[in-house]
Formats: sequence, structure tokens, C-alpha cells
Amino acid sequence: MPIDKIFKDDASEEKGERARMASFIGAMAVADLVKSTLGPKGMDKILQSTGRGHSVTVTNDGATILKSLHIDNPAAKVLVDISKVQDDEVGDGTTSVVVLAGELLREAEKLVTSKIHPMTIIAGYRMAAECAREALLKRVMDNKENAEKFRSDLMKIAMTTLCSKILSQDKEHFAEMAVDAIFRLKGSTNLESIQIIKKPGGSLRDSFLDEGFILDKKIGIGQPKRIENAKILVANTAMDTDKVKIYGARVRVDSMTKVAEIEGAEKEKMKDKVNKILAHGINCFVNRQLIYNFPEELFADAGVLAIEHADFEGIERLGLVTGGEIASTFDNPESVKLGHCKLIEEIMIGEDKLIHFSGVAMGQACSIVLRGASHHVLDEAERSLHDALCVLSQTVNDSRVLLGGGWPEMVMAKEVDELARKTAGKKSHAIEAFSRALVAIPTTIADNAGLDSAELVAQLRAKHHNEGCNAGIDVISGAVGDMEERGIYEAFKVKQAVLLSATEAAEMILRVDEIITCAPRRREDRM
Amino acid sequence: MALAFDEFGRPFIILREQDQKTRLRGIDAQKANIAAGKAVARILRSSLGPKGMDKMLQGPDGDVTISNDGATILEQMDVDNQIAKLMVELSRSQDYEIGDGTTGVVVMAGALLEQAERQLDRGIHPIRIAEGYEMASRVAVEHLERIAQKFEFDVNNYEPLVQTCMTTLSSKIVNRCKRSLAEIAVKAVLAVADLERRDVNLDLIKVEGKVGGKLEDTELIYGILVDKDMSHPQMPKQIEDAHIAILTCPFEPPKPKTKHKVDIDTVEKFETLRKQEQQYFDEMVQKCKDVGATLVICQWGFDDEANHLLMHRNLPAVRWVGGVELELIAIATGGRIVPRFQELTPEKLGKAGMVREKSFGTTKERMLYIEHCANSKAVTIFIRGGNKMMIEETKRSIHDALCVARNLIRNNSIVYGGGAAEITCSLAVDAAADKYPGVEQYAIRAFAEALDSVPMALAENSGLQPIETLSAVKSQQIKENIPFYGIDCNDVGTNDMREQNVFETLIGKQQQILLATQVVKMILKIDDVISNSEY
Repeated sequence: MPIDKIFKDDASEEKGERARMASFIGAMAVADLVKSTLGPKGMDKILQSTGRGHSVTVTNDGATILKSLHIDNPAAKVLVDISKVQDDEVGDGTTSVVVLAGELLREAEKLVTSKIHPMTIIAGYRMAAECAREALLKRVMDNKENAEKFRSDLMKIAMTTLCSKILSQDKEHFAEMAVDAIFRLKGSTNLESIQIIKKPGGSLRDSFLDEGFILDKKIGIGQPKRIENAKILVANTAMDTDKVKIYGARVRVDSMTKVAEIEGAEKEKMKDKVNKILAHGINCFVNRQLIYNFPEELFADAGVLAIEHADFEGIERLGLVTGGEIASTFDNPESVKLGHCKLIEEIMIGEDKLIHFSGVAMGQACSIVLRGASHHVLDEAERSLHDALCVLSQTVNDSRVLLGGGWPEMVMAKEVDELARKTAGKKSHAIEAFSRALVAIPTTIADNAGLDSAELVAQLRAKHHNEGCNAGIDVISGAVGDMEERGIYEAFKVKQAVLLSATEAAEMILRVDEIITCAPRRREDRM
Repeated sequence: MALAFDEFGRPFIILREQDQKTRLRGIDAQKANIAAGKAVARILRSSLGPKGMDKMLQGPDGDVTISNDGATILEQMDVDNQIAKLMVELSRSQDYEIGDGTTGVVVMAGALLEQAERQLDRGIHPIRIAEGYEMASRVAVEHLERIAQKFEFDVNNYEPLVQTCMTTLSSKIVNRCKRSLAEIAVKAVLAVADLERRDVNLDLIKVEGKVGGKLEDTELIYGILVDKDMSHPQMPKQIEDAHIAILTCPFEPPKPKTKHKVDIDTVEKFETLRKQEQQYFDEMVQKCKDVGATLVICQWGFDDEANHLLMHRNLPAVRWVGGVELELIAIATGGRIVPRFQELTPEKLGKAGMVREKSFGTTKERMLYIEHCANSKAVTIFIRGGNKMMIEETKRSIHDALCVARNLIRNNSIVYGGGAAEITCSLAVDAAADKYPGVEQYAIRAFAEALDSVPMALAENSGLQPIETLSAVKSQQIKENIPFYGIDCNDVGTNDMREQNVFETLIGKQQQILLATQVVKMILKIDDVISNSEY
């Protein structure tokens, strides 16, 4: 009796060469997909969702592209995963990591076809990755001590990151904004305190960083539109009916008058609460939950600005900027810390009215208002800015920087090449392949810019033969140039993460010699 | 299909819906079963050893697992064949019992089945084969006992333990930093071990993973790590000398289990109820404060008002902490889990030297570290890694390493790995075979042959010439009468496993042989397979 029935019906099994082939091809296909977005002259992709409305996203961000793909190939999923992690961890380099992993696998495939065992390749790759990291570490620059220089480093990093994005036209403007915002965070990496507000209209150049805090809400009717020296109470409390929370409590009455009485009591209770809030001596009240008409009216009467329904992060951020605490009970007004700001006013951006808090006590949070022609532009601008902010915030903690424009890859490739020459045994082939994969990144950058990549990379390699050379590909002028002069910098942390996770992913895929696919779970037909 | 007939020649129906069932009998059944078992073993064979390959498994929901761990592969494989399921069970029981060697046991069983098939072809009765195997396994286990060496270590000299864990980890994807992971595993086990009773409760070691960072950032925390943050964003992020109240009651109005209703029919009642409610919250917070707690950890949620009151009273709190974590926190901090506010007393508070919140990466992932606990018997291994699959695989690898360390503490006898133990057993069994008169002799010899298949697979996976390498090692063992020679998988240049520091626990190896033999015996005894055919 044949024993081909070990697995369930639809399950499939692929072994050895076939399995390896399937994962190589899948991974390379994904890498090729995002390859054309790499570098300052990379192209964008349009993503159309299959959901209702077929919403369209135009993006250049590797992680965003990969996130929205529906992939069936398991090896390709590994690559999508690393790009996602890169996004979460350092925020930028999401395309590079996938391209590098893809190139590593492409080189590995050639080695496998020339009968080198995957384990040997892995051993070689590991040695090469370690050596490449050392090479980078040798060449890092650290300007942490010199505040002015550090700032200019950050500016350059931000500009390098932004130049591959939609914001490249106004990169100086945006880099300035991003660096300012990061300095306000004072070393924390919590990007939530930087609020990005998108308002269609105007042009990208009109975007600005606001010192204070902007809340996308309207001021209640009949309440003051402008408050100077505001004392703000930030609260999270129910301002609707304020139910009795004791479980099982319910109102049971037997006459209309009693209903009226209880209603009166309820109102009284609300009024009490409002009075208690007012007793804090505030002139602005911001609540996370709804404020009903009745209390709103009471606030208006007292000349207090009441803002309802601020979202949760908004509240936290507001607490952070104004230095107030988020209150839910109001019995001891003297001990609740109120927030302060110099001026609250309603401002208009485009057609929308927003509430602007300026002159805040603690400047930890800030708002960036993005303007742009359409939603797509704004979304992409937000993603780009987010990338820049992420990189900057990581760089503030780890202030080591490198040059950009393919420079780090060439430095690594040179060291790895030397290692390959020194290494005896089959591993040296793998190490050599690693260096080839590294060179593929500047090649791709040049290709995407429509330059003669073979020529440029050869020139670059020749230049890097000299110790301490700063040459990289200058896409703007289309030639090999000094990256330090051009001010193209990258964060060390990003490069290191790209290198390590790409190697890790390639290793993982290489180790696989069998793919077992389970039968897809059947959806119950509920017809 | 066999049919029975009554005295009038009419067919009997014995099995219900007999014609819809397929049935295999006698030698065919055994052959089919053996073939299925072998097929499963063949899948795992290439994962054996330090140079073994991984398997990529795509689950029914499209999720991808990449693993090298036998038990994990088999569990995710979704097999349909009954015998294949038995093999899955086999690997799982090795996992439960020992935690390591899950691949080896299946490869072993597969080899035993293969040999059994040959004996069947010779016309030896399956029961005789099974008996022969049984005898052989006894010989092997006894032999292992004889060659086993005591393994000396203590709390200050844990280097040998680290070496053993490194052997286990070297076959996994994490072998890039096996040294540091092995140290982490050993330190964790030693931290929770009860060396007098020679027992280790692995529940006290929590393995927590978070995507991001690199494998080298994996750390051992002498304390507890909770994937939660403070309930109020403005609570202090760091507390020194924390006195922790561990509560399983929510900061919410009481909810008696019996059904009840509070009727409000007058304004006064409404007022009093309102007052009581406020008082209630106040009391709860006050009680925590009164006993001297500086941190509240609660299994349930807080009401917004309670949350603010806590904040207001400068009492940081963590909500929605899972039951397992809660228990661990209680053990670590020496506190008691308190189900009601009324029962809070100062003695029931847990103590920790430092509680701090730490954020990771660019997202708002935060975790709570509880360190320097009063009773440092609970530790956490915090794994970082490039992606989710990597972390999952690291978790499994760490689990294996922890199990090995635990087994060594329980029983410190070791045998040498790298196939050395199998080869010496094979020699011993082969020698013993000649002493048995009768048909079993053949089965015992077959067992010896099957034992050879493990080192053979090791050599094969390491890219060596399997037969050549094995015979060389075998002759070396006989010539020098030393059971330490194994397969040199890592190309170090010596096949003395003592020098390479490759060992495995005695119980692990014994268990492997016993379990594999048992399952094979069971499979051999089946002579009739009745299954529902396609419907």
C-alpha cells in the first residue's frame, strides 16, 4: 500500500532543492519588488486595497508597501517580517534591509548551484557580517559632545532620509522641523508626544512646527475664544449623566413627580460636579469623554472654555505639555495639579478651526502641521516625516553616524573582501558573495537614478582602495563625490540593524530544506 | 475484505457498513505501518545534529514557523496517518519528559522500523522481533548506565553545565550566540533550583520575547517582566523599594455574585447611593495606602475615578496583569495574592528593590521590570530578535537548554554525544546478541544496526562520508575500548567528544532508547488496520 497519505488532504510538502528554490524565488521576488524604490531617485508604488472603496496609497516606504501585500510564499513572509521589525525598531532602512537580504539570497543561490552546502554559506555569511560590522564601527563618527556639530549631524541625517521621499523638494525645511521636534523630546524616544496634524490645502512648504500644542477640536458655543494665562484642568470623567456605578442599581418609581424629582437630583449632581470642577479656579476644561449640553452650558455661564471628546493620546499629550495631571475626581481642588499655558486661541488652518495652546509650561510635546495638495500627498508626507523622526530619535540616544550614499556598503565590502582573501576553505566563497551583495546596494541606487551603475561602482571601488576615503554616489550630479562635503549622513544604528537583520533573515531562509504546507483552514459556509 | 459465512452460506456482516471500510491485514498491515513511520522519520532525519537543516512550516492560517526542533515540526505538521500520529506522540512525550532529543527519538524509531521490515522479510514473526528489541533495549540502557560518568558542578562552578547547554543549542539557529544563551539558561536554572532536593521548577522561569533588537541583547532578569504599563500615564515610572499589593479584586464597585437589585425610588436614596459610591472608591484606595503599599498590581481593571484617586494619592498601579504573571510576582516578591481589600495587611505585601518601566523602539511598547525581589526565586529570560519567527525559535531553543540543565541537576550522570553513545551501545548490543539462542538473536542484531543510524544521519548532515566515518569511529572505539569517540560534526579535527565537550544527559539518552523501542513494539504488534475509506 502506498504511504503517500501521511498528511491531510490539501497539505503539501516540498523537499530539498525544490524547497530551497521556492524560498529563494519568493524572497527574491519580494526584494525585486521594492528594489526600485531604493535611493533618492527611487520610484513610488501605487497600492490599491481590495477592501471597499479601493482606497489608494502612493508610497515609497518599503515597510508600507510590504505590509499591504498579500503573500503566500513563506520565505517572502520572512522578508516582510524583517522590514516590519526594522520599521518598528529604527524606523528607516526598511527597503534597504529587504534588498540586502534578497541580494544575499541571490548570491547564495549561485553558490548552492555550484554545490556548496548551505551550512558552509551560512558560516561564511556570519563571519562576513561580523567583519562588516567591525568595519563600520571603525569608521563611525560621534559628535555627541559638540552640541552644535551634533545638531548639524542630525540635520544631515534628516535630510538624507527625507531626500528619498516625497518631501525631498523641501527637505531642508522639513529636516529643520524634525530636528527641532526631536530636541524638544530631550532624549526620550516616545514619538507620541510629537503630534502630526494633516490638513489638506496649501503646499508642503506651508507645513510648520508649532511650539505649543494644537488640538483638533472646536470650542463650544458661547464660550470664550481666546484665553490668556489659562489654567487648564485635564480630565477623564463622564460628563453626560454620571451614572451610579453600583451594579444592579436601577430607578423604580411609581409616579411622575418622583421621576421629576430624581431628574432634578441628577441635574443637581451634575451641577455639583461642575461646581467642584470650577472650584479649581480654572478657565479651561478639557475632557476625554463627551460633555453634554447641560454641563457645557454651565461651563459657558462660568466663562470657562470646555473642550469635549479629546482622544486619549491628545489628553496624555496635553497633560505632558501643560504639566497638568489627568484628573477623574474633583473633591480636593487644592492638590490637583493644573496645567498652565499663556494663551489659548482658536486658529484657522485652511478651512478648519483648531484650538491652539501656546506658551506651555513644559515643552516636551509639540505639533507638526502638514499641509499638502491631497490626502495621498499628506499621508506619504506623514510617513516620510515619521521615518525621519524615528531615525533622529534613535540617533539622539546612539549618536554615532556614518556617511551615506553607498559609502558604508563600500567600506564594508572592502573589508569583507579582504577577509575572503585571508580565509581558507570553502567559506571564502560565501564571504566573497557577501561583499558582492553589499555592493549591490550602491548599484541599485545608481540604477534607480538612471546612472551608469557599472561605471560608477567601479570608480567607487577604485576610490575606496585608498584608506579613509569618503567617496559615495552623488545621485544629484550623477558622479562619484565626497559624501562628507555633500553632507550625506546616515545613522549608525540604522545601518547596523539593516546588516544584522538582513543576514539573520538570509540565514534563516538558507537553513530550510523542507517546506510543509498545512491544508488551509476551511471557512465554514454559512449560507 | 474478509467475509464470514454462516452455516447456510450467507455472508455475515461483522463490521458496520463493512463495504465502506478499507482493511489491511497481516503482513501488509505491518508493512504499511512501517512505511508510514519511516516516512515521518525521514522528514526529521535531515534536522538532526548541529549541521541539521530547518523546516519551514506553513500553518492552516498561513502563519509561518521555521524550526529545527523535532517536537515542534511534528506538532505543526498536521498529519493524518494513524501511525504518523503515534510518532508525533512519541516525540511529544520525549519533549514532556526530557525536553530535548525530540528529533533523535523519532530518527531512532524510524531506524528500528526499517530494520524490523528486513526481519519481517526474512519471515521472522513480528512478536519475536518486538521481544528481541525489548531485550536489546535493556542491554543498551544497562550499558549506558555503565559508561555514564558523574558530572561534577556546583553553584560556583557551573562551566560544565554551560558546556552541556551549548551542545543542545548548537543544533539550533541561535548557535551564533550559543555561549551567552547557554550561560543565561544555566544561570536561570541555578537561580530557581533547589539544590538540596535536586529539583527545578521550570515554571519559575518565564521566557518572554519581544521583537526588535538583536539576539545578543537577550538578557536574564532576576525578577519579573510584565508586558504592561502603569495605569495612569503620569504615574512615576520608577519605584525604589516597592511594597507591592497584589490584588485580584477590581477597583470597581462591588458586584456580588448573587443577583440583586438596588431600587432607587426617592431622591434621598439616590443621594446616599451616590455618596456611598464615592466613599467606596476612597476606602479601597485608602486601604491600600494604609497597609503601606507603594505599588498596586491588579488582575482586573480600574474605574477611571479609582485610577485618578490612585494617581492622586501617589500610589502607582498596574492593571490587567495576567494570572500567571500575578502568581510569579507573588512568588518573587514574597507577597500574597489578596482577593479582597479587607484582607490587606502589611505582611501580605510583596517587596521588590526596584520597579521600573522601560520603553522599546519607536513604538510605544513598554514593559515593567520588577527587580531585586525579596525572594529571587523567579527569573525571566527576555529574548530579543530580528523577527517573530526568530524569537519563537529562540524560545524553543532556550526551553530545550533549560530542560537539559534541569535534568543535569536532577541526575548528574552524562554520556557523550555526537553519536558516541549510540555507537558504543550498538557495539554492546551486537556483542550481547551472540549470547541469545533463538530467533531473537537476529532482532537484537537488527537493533544494533538501527542504533548506528543516528551517527550515520549526523555524519550525513554534516557533509561527511557516512559509512566511512562511522566505520572509522567504530573501529577506533573497539580498538581503544573508549566510548567517547563520536562524529566530528563541526569539523574541529578530533572525534574525542570529551575534548569537544559534547555531552548529553544519561536519562535523556535512556529515555530516547526506551521510548523508541516501546513505540516500535506497539507498531509491530498491529496486524489489522480498519479505517473508514473515503466518504
